[in-house]
Amino acid sequence: MMWRALQVMMEKEFKQILRDTVISRMLFVMPLIQLAVLANAATFEVKRAALWVVDLDQTPVATAMVDRLTASGRFYIAGSGMSPAQGERSLLDGRATAVLTIPQGFARDIGTSGRSTVQLVLNAVNGSQAGVTQGYATQIIARYAAELGARGAGPQGQSPTARPSVRPMVEVRTRGWYNASLDYRRFMVPGILVQLITMIGTLMTALNIVREKEAGTLEQLNVAPLSPGTFIAGKLLPLWIISLGVFSAGLLIAVFGFDVPMEGSLLLLYAGAALFLVGALGVGLWISTIADTQQQALFVTFAVLMVYILMSGLFTPVRGMPEWVRTLAQANPLLQFIALTRAIMLRGAEAMDVWREFLALGLIGPTVLALAIRQSRKSVA
Amino acid sequence: MPDPVVQIENVSKAFGATRALDQIAFSVSAGELFGLVGPDGAGKSTLFRILVSLLEADRGVVRVLGLDPVGDLWALRRQVGYMPGRFALYGDLTVRENLEFFAAVFGTSVEAEYTSIAPIYQQIERFADRRAGALSGGMKQKLALCCALVHRPAMLFLDEPTTGVDAVSRREFWDLLGTLRDSGLTTIVSTPYMDEAMRCDRVALMQTGRILAIDDPTRLGARFPRPLFGVHTRDRRRVLDLLRTLPLVTSVFPFGDIVHVSTARVTAHGDDLSDAALAEHLRDGLVAAGLGDAEVRPIDAGIEDLFMELMGTESTGAAS
Repeated sequence: MMWRALQVMMEKEFKQILRDTVISRMLFVMPLIQLAVLANAATFEVKRAALWVVDLDQTPVATAMVDRLTASGRFYIAGSGMSPAQGERSLLDGRATAVLTIPQGFARDIGTSGRSTVQLVLNAVNGSQAGVTQGYATQIIARYAAELGARGAGPQGQSPTARPSVRPMVEVRTRGWYNASLDYRRFMVPGILVQLITMIGTLMTALNIVREKEAGTLEQLNVAPLSPGTFIAGKLLPLWIISLGVFSAGLLIAVFGFDVPMEGSLLLLYAGAALFLVGALGVGLWISTIADTQQQALFVTFAVLMVYILMSGLFTPVRGMPEWVRTLAQANPLLQFIALTRAIMLRGAEAMDVWREFLALGLIGPTVLALAIRQSRKSVA
Repeated sequence: MPDPVVQIENVSKAFGATRALDQIAFSVSAGELFGLVGPDGAGKSTLFRILVSLLEADRGVVRVLGLDPVGDLWALRRQVGYMPGRFALYGDLTVRENLEFFAAVFGTSVEAEYTSIAPIYQQIERFADRRAGALSGGMKQKLALCCALVHRPAMLFLDEPTTGVDAVSRREFWDLLGTLRDSGLTTIVSTPYMDEAMRCDRVALMQTGRILAIDDPTRLGARFPRPLFGVHTRDRRRVLDLLRTLPLVTSVFPFGDIVHVSTARVTAHGDDLSDAALAEHLRDGLVAAGLGDAEVRPIDAGIEDLFMELMGTESTGAAS
């Protein structure tokens, strides 16, 4: 009889979710939008920076270097002139985000000593953007210098042994941990995928149960000889299956739409997702026990998810946080699952490599769920 | 008298400082249609929730079908049907799906129970494929009743089943309750409507957590302690104001077009007056104030008059 009740419960849940046009549409569209928008929006890539050029050298070598910068697509010339003061002003009034100053004798110095300096001043208000811009410029100029060296001669026909190099001197607070060549989308997509199923799993669980509270149907179910276990299983299993479905959809989009590699075992990834969702749904269940209306549930869910996401290392690196936060963050299932997903998808990690994450998820999920079930029994009886 | 199906002794329940139920006691016999009558906030829903095991009483003894709603919760839940105060079915499932769902939750099926719910279900069967949310108020209540009956409960609890339902549907619904009573099903039903109270075998009048009176509704009126008169008038407002100023008048309530006036029988001089003399006294007062067109007639008190009397509050608003 219990199995029959569970089956009927689940059937009812699926029917209701699929009939709710808003929710079912969201389930299909949300992965697409989140991945498409967030994956692109959440990259630290700087598309085209406005560059102001103060070329005091006026030699073909200097001009060629500026051409390299613009040809890379990373920079466009916002303006140029012979006055360093004018360059500074362009930075101040926002016409340019970077000012490149090429000193007089730049080409000559390369020709004679093989070394020279240029100055790159950056608007560092947005630190990460400045860092990336600096990275691009440094890279392009270094490549150009190497090319000059490979050609074996400066414009004045020096001996091939004198290896010239351009050493840009950059007056910015540098951020050493940036790797400008990293493909952020690849890196971000698995993280966003995880955040997506967290949102869907937690929010849907919380809203679903609170909706029955609001509608009064929970009271009707409570007088039925339906054990709390059957009720909770009947509620959570469909949502668990649906969340895994959304995860699959997101995975397809990630792999085929964003060229995110799937280096590791799909089975291992799903095992992680299944385990992770136990905790995510558990949090939803817990929220449903403390909220009486869907509005409250929504509010609490977002408060919880915010902490989750901020402490997951997805958008803000946990490394930069105080010691105690870093320790606490280890208990964040989102952080563990993001690490797991990245490891499996990008690095092709195997079970032996990610046992720590599995252990953490295996501890967190069931604990959260057990606490939530205890809480829900209290609030029902 | 057979053994009571429901027995309640000294049941009290408080929510914080609010006393929702205060020393409630009554019993309901097998096959009885028992009404809980009272305004919002009287404690009717709280009492229902205690009876169907959703809430625990602070004090007192509760027995439903011989079971303790706290200790024998699972046995009890299998045997009672409960319709909560507001529509509590799934609006996004069809009529048929709702019914099937609740049947399955109680471990049975619509097919197996068809004959027992047929008299009610047939009235909504033509909407079987319509979503419950799209039904009219009356139809929703019939479906809810079906769902409460689908597991063939030994007893039924209906919390204000006709609130927010149109007059015709209310009557139809009570006809169904009559049919169920005739089939021997014990039912406790609550209602704020006095006309519905009249259709119960017995009613308990409730107010702020206490029971004011319990009796056959037709006999409750006879408990009214003083002579009562009905005053027909066109100028209700002035008549109301005037009557309140007359000697001997103890209460004045408007009931639709009629004003109900109760009076003391014994004058200040110790004279014991007859109904006719009292009516004359009222008439004289009205004529003296230029309201001679008002008609005064002795009437029998109804359940509502008693209710007003027991509540002890004077209301100037429309009471019905």
